[in-house]
Amino acid sequence: MKKYTYTDKKDTRSGFGAGLHEVGKKNSNVVALCADLVGSLKMDAFIKDFPERFFQIGIAEANMMGIASGLTIGGKIPYTGTFANFSTGRVYDQIRQSIAYSGKNVKICASHAGLTLGEDGATHQILEDIGLMKMLPGMTVINPCDYNQTKAAAIAIADYDGPVYLRFGRPVVPIFTDPDQKFEIGKAWMVNEGSDVTIIATGHLVWEAIQAGEQLAALGIDAEIINIHTIKPLDEEAILKSVAKTGCVVTAEEHNRLGGLGDSVSQVLVKNHPAPQEYVAVNDSFGESGTPAQLMEKYGLNAASIVSAAQKVIKRK
Amino acid sequence: MSADIAKLENIAKQVRRDIVRMVHGCQSGHPGGSLGCADFFVALYFHQMEHNPTFNLDGIGEDIFFLSNGHISPVFYSTLARAGYFDKSELATFRKIDSRLQGHPTTHEHLPGVRVASGSLGQGLSVAIGASRAKKLNADDKLVYVLMGDGELQEGQVWEAAMYAPHNKVDNLIATIDLNGQQIDGPTERVLSLGNLKAKWEAFGWDVLEAKGNDMAQLIETLTEAKSRTGKGKPVMILMHTEMGYGVDFMMGSHKWHGVAPNDEQLATALAQLEETLGDY
Repeated sequence: MKKYTYTDKKDTRSGFGAGLHEVGKKNSNVVALCADLVGSLKMDAFIKDFPERFFQIGIAEANMMGIASGLTIGGKIPYTGTFANFSTGRVYDQIRQSIAYSGKNVKICASHAGLTLGEDGATHQILEDIGLMKMLPGMTVINPCDYNQTKAAAIAIADYDGPVYLRFGRPVVPIFTDPDQKFEIGKAWMVNEGSDVTIIATGHLVWEAIQAGEQLAALGIDAEIINIHTIKPLDEEAILKSVAKTGCVVTAEEHNRLGGLGDSVSQVLVKNHPAPQEYVAVNDSFGESGTPAQLMEKYGLNAASIVSAAQKVIKRK
Repeated sequence: MSADIAKLENIAKQVRRDIVRMVHGCQSGHPGGSLGCADFFVALYFHQMEHNPTFNLDGIGEDIFFLSNGHISPVFYSTLARAGYFDKSELATFRKIDSRLQGHPTTHEHLPGVRVASGSLGQGLSVAIGASRAKKLNADDKLVYVLMGDGELQEGQVWEAAMYAPHNKVDNLIATIDLNGQQIDGPTERVLSLGNLKAKWEAFGWDVLEAKGNDMAQLIETLTEAKSRTGKGKPVMILMHTEMGYGVDFMMGSHKWHGVAPNDEQLATALAQLEETLGDY
């Protein structure tokens, strides 16, 4: 098992804020919109340096999506910022008609996704957003795993012409990816090569998968770990190449098991290379209040869950 | 009547013929609101707007228009064709398979003249505001126009946008509401009354004008006045009173022709009332 360590921990939303600021410096067409959550989205640096390119919308997310669509007409590259819940479910029809169907170059940037939003509880913990967004034709869906990857993704999406959903989170988590990484949309990252089981993880679950890989190694199980940061378009080639070697898969995500990364992987397997798969995901329920760590444990989204899923799926080969 | 007004009215007659024929041709679509807004579309595209039929989606350096109540697509398509955005023969494909003239306007098939999809109501004003802000960022002094239906004002998003534009001094925007007083289930006053719209929009901070939407001379006058009020710190709103189905006697003034196509006999009756001024498609 390849050794991964970290010296610093930060929230992925801060990676977004840093990336937005950086891409704002590089590309004068980048503009940002926010629905009364500037501090939570870490947009302050961008606003300070580019006040004329920032639009405070107020608590009116539907209007924000429409304005973002309009801003693209004239060549702007709008980044909208609010919580994942208000970035998707609340404004699904606005995104569907004014952005996705209209083919607009809007970057929907969504923080506080999933259970790790924590104490605010289920009203704010959306676990359905990946499914909602991946179902929209033409929508790219990205869920990076740490500060560095989120920053790199926030910069990279400006160079891609089309609607993007960029999902990140609230809690402070280890920084373990390369600060100078080149972020390639739709390209999986091979975290660790192995031969017994393929663990495919996205977002906060990637670090958990690495922890699980170490625990599995101690049990004599050689896990291949793949980070899928782009859920759509999915890197099918990387998945199939790995499963051809290992013969079984565990998917891990901070999302409902219905409609998320696991289902996308499952479709690829069924069509090309049927193989046993176990889901580490929320089992079709809402969340609740608690600390992020408590919630991830209660809902089975940590390294221990990945280890037992791996052991189970290997037996099914 | 000036020669200019007479010329515009002639175009509007042909647009009305197109509308009725298109809706009859596919036996679906929305003739009522389309007929009521024919004069407005002609005034915009043949008099008011500085626009380029060699279509560029970004619309930099030209006035641009958004249709929020997308179901009146027949009047939009006819006007675009008659203004030279695409050949009028394409009007015959309206709502048919493999057409660029979808039931509701869309950019998906790259029809020249359409800059955003609409049909799901309440979204166009927000999009127009975004385009207005892009024009300001681009130091482009041309204007953005948007048309909404009155029933559409029942959508909450409209009022989010209504609040945003004055607060942010979006003063390169002229919005118009088609006040025909009708919606699918009946008169707006009965379904969900809109109240005093002039007072409402003024209270939100808009500069509000009123016009008779089936009086070409008055429309031109009001649109000219609206343009003169741009650039003064407030978005401009025109409350345009129209009659649904205007120009075809049996369709006028009733919600019944909101989304119903005429049969062969009704088509003949309608066309007898609408002079062919520019040649049918």
